[in-house]
Amino acid sequence: MTDPVLAVHGLTKSFGALTACDGVSLDLRPGEIHALIGPNGAGKSTLIKQIAGEIAPDAGTIHFLGRDVTDLDAAARARMGLGRSFQISAVIPEFTVLQNVILAQLGAEGRVFRFLRAALSDRRALGRARDQLERVRLAHRLADRASEISHGERRRLELAMALALRPRAFLLDEPMAGMGAEGVVDMTALLDSLRFEAPILLIEHDMDAVFALADRISVLVYGALIATGGVQEIKRNRAVQRAYLGEEEVA
Amino acid sequence: MTFVLFAEQVLNGLQLGAMLFLMASGLTLVFGVMGLINLAHGSLYMIGAFAAAAVAAATGSFLLALAASLAAAAAAGALVEVSVIRRLYDRDHLDQVLATFALILIFSEGTRWVFGSFPLYLDIPSYLAGPVTLPGGIEYSLYRLTIIAIGAAVALGLYLLITRTRIGVQIRAGESDREMIAALGVNISKLYTIVFAMGAALAGLAGALIGPLQSVQIGMGEPVLILAFVVIVIGGIGSGKGALVASILVGLTDTLGRFLLPIAFGAFMDPSDATAIGSALASMSIYVLMAFVLVVRPTGLYGVAQHEA
Amino acid sequence: MKREPLVNAALFLSLPAVALWAVSTDEPFTITLATRTAILALAGVGLNIALGQGGLVSLGHAAFFGLGGYAMGVLASHAQTQTPILEWPVLIEGATSMPLIWLVAMAVSALAALGIGALSLRTSGVYFIMITLAFGQMLYYFAISWPAYGGEDGLSIHLRNSFPGLNTLDPIQFFGLCFVLLCAALLLSARLKRSPFGLALNAARQNPLRVRAVGVRPFSLRLTAFVISGVITGLAGALFADLNRFVSPSMLSWHTSGEIIVFVLLGGVGRLFGPVAGAGLYILLEQLLDGVSDYWQVFLGALLLTVVLIARGGLIGALAGSEVAHD
Repeated sequence: MTDPVLAVHGLTKSFGALTACDGVSLDLRPGEIHALIGPNGAGKSTLIKQIAGEIAPDAGTIHFLGRDVTDLDAAARARMGLGRSFQISAVIPEFTVLQNVILAQLGAEGRVFRFLRAALSDRRALGRARDQLERVRLAHRLADRASEISHGERRRLELAMALALRPRAFLLDEPMAGMGAEGVVDMTALLDSLRFEAPILLIEHDMDAVFALADRISVLVYGALIATGGVQEIKRNRAVQRAYLGEEEVA
Repeated sequence: MTFVLFAEQVLNGLQLGAMLFLMASGLTLVFGVMGLINLAHGSLYMIGAFAAAAVAAATGSFLLALAASLAAAAAAGALVEVSVIRRLYDRDHLDQVLATFALILIFSEGTRWVFGSFPLYLDIPSYLAGPVTLPGGIEYSLYRLTIIAIGAAVALGLYLLITRTRIGVQIRAGESDREMIAALGVNISKLYTIVFAMGAALAGLAGALIGPLQSVQIGMGEPVLILAFVVIVIGGIGSGKGALVASILVGLTDTLGRFLLPIAFGAFMDPSDATAIGSALASMSIYVLMAFVLVVRPTGLYGVAQHEA
Repeated sequence: MKREPLVNAALFLSLPAVALWAVSTDEPFTITLATRTAILALAGVGLNIALGQGGLVSLGHAAFFGLGGYAMGVLASHAQTQTPILEWPVLIEGATSMPLIWLVAMAVSALAALGIGALSLRTSGVYFIMITLAFGQMLYYFAISWPAYGGEDGLSIHLRNSFPGLNTLDPIQFFGLCFVLLCAALLLSARLKRSPFGLALNAARQNPLRVRAVGVRPFSLRLTAFVISGVITGLAGALFADLNRFVSPSMLSWHTSGEIIVFVLLGGVGRLFGPVAGAGLYILLEQLLDGVSDYWQVFLGALLLTVVLIARGGLIGALAGSEVAHD
């Protein structure tokens, strides 16, 4: 077995009396999609924010590409190639689609502190940005303002921005949220193709998508991992059925 | 002798702290409840002082003057809240800064128009004039002692108001969740006007109380406003407890800095240089304190972590 | 939106036009007003980099304006009395050469902006406003209580400092100098806005979370912008002091900070030429209203309130449409 791209050990985070993340350990291996599921309030967002470096854990370590990144901030982890999408789409609303992707490229390449040449004058960078937008089928909207494109398109724009980082791993927080059935199908196909770019740690509520995509699934309940395994294994797991899938059947 | 002198300076620091608390509590309340930064708070202080000076000159009664300062500042506060301030709650901070800066210009020049450019004077009433002897043989101005007492009484009163009364419940609810209090059927715009007028009244009271110690003049509110901002930054925006603790801290730091630094420099340089350098550095002491707090706790001593938009 | 470049050009060219007209009709006071406008606009252009591009509401830019002024005052007064500023550990002499004075003013402002920015930018929102205001006041009170350079009374210079090849005492030549510096700052500001740095700074204003997620620290962007901004405002301060041949603590006071923000706002926040329009309008109002009433600032306050509450695009917004240009 190859070394994991991303490895989390004993991650713990409390907010006052609430333990939002309780000794979580998981890893992400090359080429896989690892889905993280769990009921609302299970601490998925807290976990992903710690992995991305937005909040600091109370205990535990995070290794990325074999390096201990626990003390690095979000920007440093992003520059190492941790490509992120957010639960609520985070793009730069007043920028065009193209400017958003160019921003990501400049950031990834550490070329932000240049003061006099125009950002949009580099042909090679523009070419690459077009390629990335092509990948997510947004090339036709590159001159439109990010605030004016549709919800699903904004989701894809976030992916293009993550792609511009030349990511070594994706961290995707509910990329299907708020999408119609057709959008989910499209996004599922897109994510399926992205796994060859870099492995994906995927938080998702849409179970059909998760079962279609995931190589492995981890289940988080009340901040603790109760199971990790293949799709069938998780479907059969009693604890999971009780804690999570059970609720769905009831609903 | 040094002990007596030192104790006197500590009391001066407490008196400054009490003044600052009267200013800072209103500012921090308005920010906590309405999310508004009000640069014109110093103008309300000035209005209180002018109202007190005018009424004292007309009636000779200090108590009536204090009552007038409360009433005038509260009325001015309510007036600007209804006419201008309430349009700013949903605006960004830049708009709030600019609009309240505009209010300062209007209030300052308007007051100059009415009262002229010459400073007015308020006298300490005879029953509060002169020193009292405190335990330990410390002679201290009864009037300044009264200011400290009023500051303490206001702090206690605000605490009781916030924790024990119906309006206090509404204020606390407003700090945490605006929609919630609307859902509870509270008339928010009325609540906001009341809170703003209350903060204004406290500022006006502060202005009236300081009147006999300094002269009553245009622009008198601005140095105090800046100090009150320093207090709020140190205490944590929106925190009443923070405002109280930081007021005392800033009052003591400023007063003792001005007292002790020249003495400290005098130990190794000639007296006139020591006074110059010591007092120049003392004027910076509270800002150094603020910088230090910012490094250790960016949201102030009692502030809650802010969420970046 | 297409109208904005035209409006900009018209506003901008009216400044040298007024100055040249004043030369032909021999009205040196009007030239001085045009010079003052150019200098205050320069201060505004500086602030606008932090405020318009970075979204940083600094209420402490008087600190840099005043430090620039004092850099001029200190250097020139020592040159005037022929006493060194410092004899130990190194000998530092006074100076009367503008380029040298400008360099010192910009270096001092850069250092101050670095210090104040590093502390203030640990916070955001209202905290940032109050802290920049407080640090500005710190320097103000320091200048008042430090007796060596005039304290509260300020510091006068007998002769305007010199610039190689120019007679700076000739009002129009000094105006030309200030106007060229204003042009340079505008050019820099425009390039900055389109540069990778400007793009990232603008992005950090809109969504810092996203900027971090693409590997850039908003703090570094903002601190850099704050320093550039402070340097330009500091240069304006040195020019302003040279114009008046006088520097006093009032240049450091928070009213000055407020006024610099007012220039930006009156012209239109986020507009490249906003500070030019705003400073021009401010000087114009001052001259027109001051004649009508001694209390012209009441009207200024009322106008400001109107702009904030109703006409948010400022002067350029009113002339060129409300859309802010994006490129």
